[in-house]
Amino acid sequence: MEQREYKVVGKSFRKKDSMQLLLGKPVYMEDVTPEALVVKILRSPHPNAMVQEINTKAAKLVPGVVDIYTWEDVPKTRFAIAGQTYPEPSPYDRLILDRHVRFAGDAVAIIAAETEKAAWKAMKLIKVKYEVLEPVLDYHTALDNPILVHPEEDWEPPCQVGGSNKRNLVASGVDADGDVEGVLQDCDIVLDRTFHTRAFQQAMMEPFGCFTQLDRYGRLHVVSSTQIVFHTRRILSRALGIPKSRIRVEKPRIGGGFGAKQTAVCDVYPAFVTMKTGRPARIIYTREECQIAGSPRHEMEIRVRLGANKDGKIRVLDLYTLSNSGAYGEHGPTTVGLSGHKSIPLYTGSLEAYRFGYDVVYTNLQAAGAYRGYGATQGIFAVESVVNELAETLGIDPTLIRDRNMVRQGMVMPAYYGETANACALDRCMEHCREMFGWEEKYPVRDMGDGKVRAAGVAMAMQGSCISNVDVGSATVKLSEDGTYNLIIGAADMGTGCDTILAQMVAEMMDCSFDDVAVFGADTDASPYDSGSYASSTTYITGKAVEKACLELKAKICAIGAEMLGCEPEAVVMESGKVRKIDTDQTVSLTDIAYRTQVGCNTAAEATATHSSPVSPPPYMVGMVEIELDKRTGLVTILDYMAVVDCGIPINPSLARIQTEGGIVQGIGHTLMENVTYDSHGRPAESSFMQYKLPTRLDMGTLKVEFEHSYEPTGPFGAKSIGEIVINTPAPAIAHAIARATGVWHRELPITPEKVAMSLAETQMG
Amino acid sequence: MDIKLKLNGKPICAQIDADTVLLDFLRAQGCYSVKRGCDTSNCGLCTVLMDGKPVLSCSMLAARAGGHSIQTLEGLQEEAADFVGFIADQGADQCGFCNPGFVMNTIALLRENPDPTDDEIRAYLAGNLCRCSGYDGQLRGIRNYVNSRKG
Repeated sequence: MEQREYKVVGKSFRKKDSMQLLLGKPVYMEDVTPEALVVKILRSPHPNAMVQEINTKAAKLVPGVVDIYTWEDVPKTRFAIAGQTYPEPSPYDRLILDRHVRFAGDAVAIIAAETEKAAWKAMKLIKVKYEVLEPVLDYHTALDNPILVHPEEDWEPPCQVGGSNKRNLVASGVDADGDVEGVLQDCDIVLDRTFHTRAFQQAMMEPFGCFTQLDRYGRLHVVSSTQIVFHTRRILSRALGIPKSRIRVEKPRIGGGFGAKQTAVCDVYPAFVTMKTGRPARIIYTREECQIAGSPRHEMEIRVRLGANKDGKIRVLDLYTLSNSGAYGEHGPTTVGLSGHKSIPLYTGSLEAYRFGYDVVYTNLQAAGAYRGYGATQGIFAVESVVNELAETLGIDPTLIRDRNMVRQGMVMPAYYGETANACALDRCMEHCREMFGWEEKYPVRDMGDGKVRAAGVAMAMQGSCISNVDVGSATVKLSEDGTYNLIIGAADMGTGCDTILAQMVAEMMDCSFDDVAVFGADTDASPYDSGSYASSTTYITGKAVEKACLELKAKICAIGAEMLGCEPEAVVMESGKVRKIDTDQTVSLTDIAYRTQVGCNTAAEATATHSSPVSPPPYMVGMVEIELDKRTGLVTILDYMAVVDCGIPINPSLARIQTEGGIVQGIGHTLMENVTYDSHGRPAESSFMQYKLPTRLDMGTLKVEFEHSYEPTGPFGAKSIGEIVINTPAPAIAHAIARATGVWHRELPITPEKVAMSLAETQMG
Repeated sequence: MDIKLKLNGKPICAQIDADTVLLDFLRAQGCYSVKRGCDTSNCGLCTVLMDGKPVLSCSMLAARAGGHSIQTLEGLQEEAADFVGFIADQGADQCGFCNPGFVMNTIALLRENPDPTDDEIRAYLAGNLCRCSGYDGQLRGIRNYVNSRKG
């Protein structure tokens, strides 16, 4: 294992923007954009309906209303708003406004007004006559239902992913290795269980928002709270029917994304208004709109069949996932894949066969999208829960059963596209976590008296570090006259700190101080192409592009320096702040080199490099939780949550730790309190933070996070990813602890106090 | 209607609609640190101080601030700068959107209780949601600051 001591990499620097953020400076979309038309969306109250008539006359008379647009006014080209590399796996199934509205909350009209008040008033005065159609609200009945969510003839899949709009099918597939049925028959024990996870909300603190105006060249200038500037440009180009050369998309600081902003949820609306009126326009979703017309996690039902021997050897896993994409197909074909491909390979150590099949269906519910974990979260809840149940059934310590079956370094993972685990410290994570947590002492169920029980649970997780053979990251590094550097990227720092960790890489490569690297991103006019910040890819992919760009820039600097020193480039070395002729004291400073490039010179002191990877090395993680459960009320209190993560080499340990802690608390939220239920129209009842309960700082107990290093040879400085994996362990670990405390396995999230109490009441009555 | 109030130490007069919410009024006055994260008084992002006490500016009419003193983070930069570096050292600022409200409430906490226990910090700031940090880094930052003051 190659593990060098670095000067800047592996150190905990403050985020580049931290003081700006902590002192409340104006850095977000709404703060940095000028006065603009207020854009509001009239939304359908019906889950499935045709707009028969729409009368905007009275609404347009409201003082301050500039215009109101309906389905008749918009272009007729269907598009996808999923932020994915072209050709997108997500179907082209949207119009800016469609006559056919497909969920309670779907856009019916766009209102542009001088003030918010005028826009709200106008909204009330728009008269719509709907032909109300029967909806498909139960995703179990969606496939081949005579009611079609997308009956339109111009539905178009840019990629073949096994979908058909005539079957309400977004995507479908199956993947297998080995004789699944044969091995199942040969096993001592087979568990066949079904799990259900809901359409949880990312609930980033800054709602969806976008500003648009025509710039000084008459081009559409978009300032969006987005993770995907380049995809947004492409999406707007198709949706509006204008060339990409006439669009510029930039992002300021982003108030959280978690994948929600990997979909261009709201950008088309102000963009359309600006194109129509020529005026600046801005949309900011209310929290209610974020909750009912956002881009939440795909609801999934996952059936797992696990076959094992009595001694605890896990021999076969058979998964079938039914995923609910809602009214539109954003990220539907891809999220589902992770439910199998990033859960099954955890047991590569012993599996003889696996199968993973899936269907992704349309329903008349809010469309789902990308959310941290992206399907792996759902699959890992199912697989890790079954493994825990197997261990309890066989009377084997659930950490030891994992030691026996887990993937280890050097193994080829058939269920993970045949990739080899080149860097895998999962075994050490388990050992480390077991010791840190005190598993031996905490695993036994302890009656604390007064109806209170303490118990522990465990889970493992993995994720990817990019979309292999797809994601592209780029970086430009430029030398300034004072020997400092500019790093320009197209990846989007959404608060995670990618600007900072990429700057650390530049400082390491160029042998300069961290403060001497300024970062800019992201702007389609100025940044080199980057697919964007998602799929856990920024550290691994854009980071490698940064490393490559630095190598190229170094070579250029050495060449110019050599010329100035009157020798061959091979005869010089670059040292901090200067280029030196080897075996001499002759040097030339970076300042002089930079100035040299500005006078009669044909070499620029800058380099742009691009990186893509044929592999997506998984990070690994072990999480352990101790809970106290009140048998009288069903309340589950988290006492301790401890985790050990293998993300290769953490580039910035503080930021990696915060990622982990944040992910764990987000995972605690969807496990215990964040519920999603629907009214009879399929509208989420939890449409505000009053009902959709995010964890507060009183709900997460004590966190402890540590790291086990591995060295990923294809990653920058040995790094893999950290951003997504961290949300995956809480659900199975907490469900495990609850089962230990109560004897009841909860296979549906969230596990609310009501559910725990009712399950205990049923056990007592039964 | 007209209101008179002190905003960040400066007396101001303004003409407002009677139904103007304090949050919108403050942003219109250029106090962009004041953020809207929900519409139901649940997130704490819009916390400002009225006569030194934390209030949610999203659920208060601007008219009610008439005759009072309102402070936003713009007006308390030095007091905030004293401790926020400790939070930055933890990397717990993250996306930053919850920071102004959380920092304002922390100022109120530290004025009221200069030496809080961890549980007192958690309880006082319970109404300030953060979706990125998992809260522990914010706690460590405040803890380190409080400890540093003890010498």
